[in-house]
Amino acid sequence: MDLFAEILITVMLVIGGLFGLVGSFGLVKLPDQMTRLHAPTKAATLGVGGVLMASLAWFGFFGEHFSWHELLIALFLFLTAPLTGLMIAKTNMHLTWRAEELPFPGEDMHWATFGNSADRSLMDGDAELDTPDRDLRE
Amino acid sequence: MILYALYFAFGCFGIGQLFCLYRVVFAPGVGDRVLALDTMTINMIALIALFGILHDTTMYFEIMMLFAMVGFISTVAYAKFLLRGDVIE
Repeated sequence: MDLFAEILITVMLVIGGLFGLVGSFGLVKLPDQMTRLHAPTKAATLGVGGVLMASLAWFGFFGEHFSWHELLIALFLFLTAPLTGLMIAKTNMHLTWRAEELPFPGEDMHWATFGNSADRSLMDGDAELDTPDRDLRE
Repeated sequence: MILYALYFAFGCFGIGQLFCLYRVVFAPGVGDRVLALDTMTINMIALIALFGILHDTTMYFEIMMLFAMVGFISTVAYAKFLLRGDVIE
């Protein structure tokens, strides 16, 4: 049983370390901004998940008592990584592309933060400014 | 066996941290800097977890939780600032 636990923890640690390394290396290696976004938000998150599961197994098998703390942290990271990716992707889109270079989003729609409504604050509910006309922001 | 795997994982995440640091310093755009900082906090969480296994202590859970929350919130605040010029509108 102890040997099985050791093998399990070792495999999870090695896989987690490799995925973390690949995720961070992709941040340096990949060619442009949007592809660089893929490496940390997926591979690095998986690597951290592997390490946290190894920690969970270690304290379950060899520690004094079992605890779910690592699972909580892993769950939080897995929930927040896509949100981080989305926010940074929107930032890249906003900083490097013009509105007319983007794909057509559909009738009476525009890309969020590219339309007319980007000019005013979300707090003041001025309805007449909210027209679907494309605003060509730089 | 676990000890060598721990050292291996420490090495992997340490090298990853150096890659992220390189990307923070020599980044072509602002979005890459924010992304590299976010990856640094994620790698740091893994390093703290490994440190907890190495020293056989459960004291570092709260630190990992704080790192995760502060890292996420700071990344979203940076991205929001770059998007709208304001964090809370």
